[in-house]
Amino acid sequence: MSWEIVIGLETHAQLSTASKMFSGGSTAFGAPPNTQANAVDIALPGVLPVVNRGAVERAIRFGLAVGGEKVINRRSIFARKNYFYPDLPKGYQISQFELPIVKGGEIPIVSPTRGEIKIRLTRAHLEEDAGKSLHEAFHNMSGIDLNRAGVPLLEIVSEPDMRSAEEAVAYAKTLHSLVRWIGICDGNMQEGSFRCDANVSVRRPGAPLGTRAEIKNLNSFRFLERAIEFEVKRQIEILEGGGKITQETRLYDTDRDETRSMRSKEDAQDYRYFPDPDLLPLEVSDEWIEEIRAKLPELPEAKRKEFINLGISPAQANLLTSSFQIANYASLMFGGANKTNAPVFANWISGPLSSKLNEANLDISETQVSAGQLRRLADRVEDGTLSGKMAKEVFDAMWAGEGTADEIIEKRGLKQISDTGTIEKIVDEVLAANAKQVEDYRAGKDKAFNSLVGQVMKATKGKANPAQVNEILKRKLAS
Amino acid sequence: MLNASLKELSTELSQRKISSVELTKLFLARIDALNGKLNAFITIDAEKTLAQARTADARIAKGAAQALTGIPVAHKDIFVARDWLTTCGSKILSNFIGPYDAHLIERFNGAGAVLLGKTNMDEFAMGSSSESSFYGPVKNPWDPDRVPGGSSGGSAAAVAARMAPAATGTDTGGSIRQPAALSGVCGLKPTYGLVSRYGMIAFASSLDQAGPFAKSAEDLALLLNVIAGFDPRDSTSIEREPEDYTRELDKPLSGLRVGVPKEHFGEGLAADVGKAVEAALAHLEKLGAKRVPIELPNSSLSVPAYYVIAPAEASSNLSRFDGARYGYRAKDYKDLADMYRRTRAEGFGAEVRRRILIGTYVLSHGYYDAYYLKAQKVRRLIANDFAEAFKRCDIVVGPTSPTVAFKIGAKTSDPVQMYLNDIYTIPANLAGLPAASIPCGFGAGGLPVGLHLVGNYFAEAKLLNVAHQYQKSTDWHRREPEGLKS
Repeated sequence: MSWEIVIGLETHAQLSTASKMFSGGSTAFGAPPNTQANAVDIALPGVLPVVNRGAVERAIRFGLAVGGEKVINRRSIFARKNYFYPDLPKGYQISQFELPIVKGGEIPIVSPTRGEIKIRLTRAHLEEDAGKSLHEAFHNMSGIDLNRAGVPLLEIVSEPDMRSAEEAVAYAKTLHSLVRWIGICDGNMQEGSFRCDANVSVRRPGAPLGTRAEIKNLNSFRFLERAIEFEVKRQIEILEGGGKITQETRLYDTDRDETRSMRSKEDAQDYRYFPDPDLLPLEVSDEWIEEIRAKLPELPEAKRKEFINLGISPAQANLLTSSFQIANYASLMFGGANKTNAPVFANWISGPLSSKLNEANLDISETQVSAGQLRRLADRVEDGTLSGKMAKEVFDAMWAGEGTADEIIEKRGLKQISDTGTIEKIVDEVLAANAKQVEDYRAGKDKAFNSLVGQVMKATKGKANPAQVNEILKRKLAS
Repeated sequence: MLNASLKELSTELSQRKISSVELTKLFLARIDALNGKLNAFITIDAEKTLAQARTADARIAKGAAQALTGIPVAHKDIFVARDWLTTCGSKILSNFIGPYDAHLIERFNGAGAVLLGKTNMDEFAMGSSSESSFYGPVKNPWDPDRVPGGSSGGSAAAVAARMAPAATGTDTGGSIRQPAALSGVCGLKPTYGLVSRYGMIAFASSLDQAGPFAKSAEDLALLLNVIAGFDPRDSTSIEREPEDYTRELDKPLSGLRVGVPKEHFGEGLAADVGKAVEAALAHLEKLGAKRVPIELPNSSLSVPAYYVIAPAEASSNLSRFDGARYGYRAKDYKDLADMYRRTRAEGFGAEVRRRILIGTYVLSHGYYDAYYLKAQKVRRLIANDFAEAFKRCDIVVGPTSPTVAFKIGAKTSDPVQMYLNDIYTIPANLAGLPAASIPCGFGAGGLPVGLHLVGNYFAEAKLLNVAHQYQKSTDWHRREPEGLKS
């Protein structure tokens, strides 16, 4: 009998505000330790938290993107999560517990196994990050860097709706793209701006949920996938050996590619949550939500459907909506396109443009060829000015900065010969000079035809419109 | 001069009859003479204080003086002041030099007042006797064998002994009003949110409120004018139009409806205190006020509710004192957990440890609903009681404290008896209402009795009006402790 894998993700997205969740301290990454921790961040006696409006606005943006205004709580409560640790200066983390700012919502994803499905969200809540403990740098001591203490996070909790590691990755990637799309998180996973905890369990199909293990702090899609795969295997082995899964928190060791127990449920701390008396309930007005909604960009799912309606394949539509910038580029390039040419245009983006960007390790926002220029090039193929091969040459030149498509065509004399009279004249000359091939062709040797085409192209230095050459040759040989 | 009102001092200063430096030196000398006996101050720094007095003199000379410019004011050691040792009465902060100014300190600095010194207090404001300070107990100027009340006992004693013309305190369950009553001075706890808590070391955030001590209601009004006002750094600070709290002082009391809660005159109230309060009520009637019997039916629940909510918040607020970043850290420890344990066991006194334990317990999983949530509901009921009462009266009047000052050590072994000291004052904190205590006579042993006045939200001007009218026709507030006569 098979096992069903059940996965839910808790994702911490660092909100892209300039200042911290409850203080004016800077959130910029990479400053020397403790240079971006102010009186509030280091929890001096007497200081008080003040909610960052920009962080709340971003949380609302997220709520609107995953469920609309109905999933945004007009009143939410900041609570204190109490525990002692040196990188937690107040001895408590301000988070949201009973009443989060976003309740519900869903993320549509394309599952590699199940196709288009929706992953339900339980909630998303605002909280502050802790600082960082540095254990390596000091002999027999630990260093504490509080730069990150107080950085605003949106914790996005999914329902246990995913059924494979690949599906979890598809969800994480879609979410990652969405938070960047709506401009609430820079998505930088190396810097910890986007990290996942995975709740993993297995069960027999139809059985109630199995006991889960939570794998903490997975900061790459690859680690997410590997950690889940390892964990699933581990759990199945235990169960099939007659054992039981203990509810626990586990860490993924990237070097050994395995998960390790960090603490069991029995050791779980009592966080003594209670509403933070320093902060009033967070009230969000309908007017404010409407104001934010009005400025929200078209969402990836809507864009994806728009592209599919233009005849673009679902897989390619996914690629073209993997970021707001790519989608925006595609939309600009597709202006006025129809079901016939839009897929051809899309191939330019997913083909030559993507290769160039990858080669140079550039983001689409840093492209050397703008959407308008690329469209102009594609149009030159459509109107017969360029052959596919010539267009590729022009594109390379454009990327190298030699000018627009038309300038390069002009400069290099790349204009395709599409004048029937000219081509006919050359065809006649070729036929006259290659009596043997003509004879072979007429005797049924198709290969001879290709040789004749080659002769014509050679005579025109490759500029003859291949379709016309074919047509004229066939007509002449048939007569 | 030591007995002068703030208004008189201001006039003397502006007419250049005395300089701020001279005035400040007078008070510093008085402190020098009496602090050994009373232990009202934790920190005195004459050099810093006189530098500020010189600045004030320059400002007066330029004609840019405000009401309090040049007047020395003592501050409870709970307010963080830049470059001043700020201990909160605790060993755990015994080495903590303030790196910034609390909002209240900024306000006094802006007004040109002179920081006279930091006053002694119950450790982290937890207490009703000022005995739990790491710096030793404060003595009552009326009888040094007795407590001055607490937790702001140092400020109360400083004003009572004329070591300071005015002082500040904080009131979480009565910590301004009860010491004011027991030390024979005036104290005001404003409406919750009127004075910013920024820079005031938190005990119980939802209850803590800063306020002034002085010799008269008129002085309280001048002090409140300085410290009241919105501060965006405190999310519970209330944004509203500034008021002049002296504006209603001279209003006659005719027609004033004085609510007298029967629950504050029952069992537990000492006869001598009851007698003085009754006489004060009779005096208010003579001034034209009407006595209205009222009920605060949930009064008896206020102390239990308070001793759930305040320790719960305190247990979390005091977590930051862990020895990691500032303050006292234990000398020898094995590991991180041991460092926390030792630091906090050595750094906090018994009462603070007790409240952290109570607070941790009531917030624990499985107990939260039964204690914390229930206490919050009681809190709502108590606020409702007052809302009902204020439909029938303009002000609620009764005793501030059930007894006069008790002997040092008398209640330290019985925390519940100690907690009951605040039975009349706690309800105003739970409801967030403004309340004051003013002297209204003497009880057994010639010890002062305080009259407790509670107003509706933001009715500070009304409270001060009643107190001022009472003081215009009585002289209890002018009495000074025998033997310390200035």
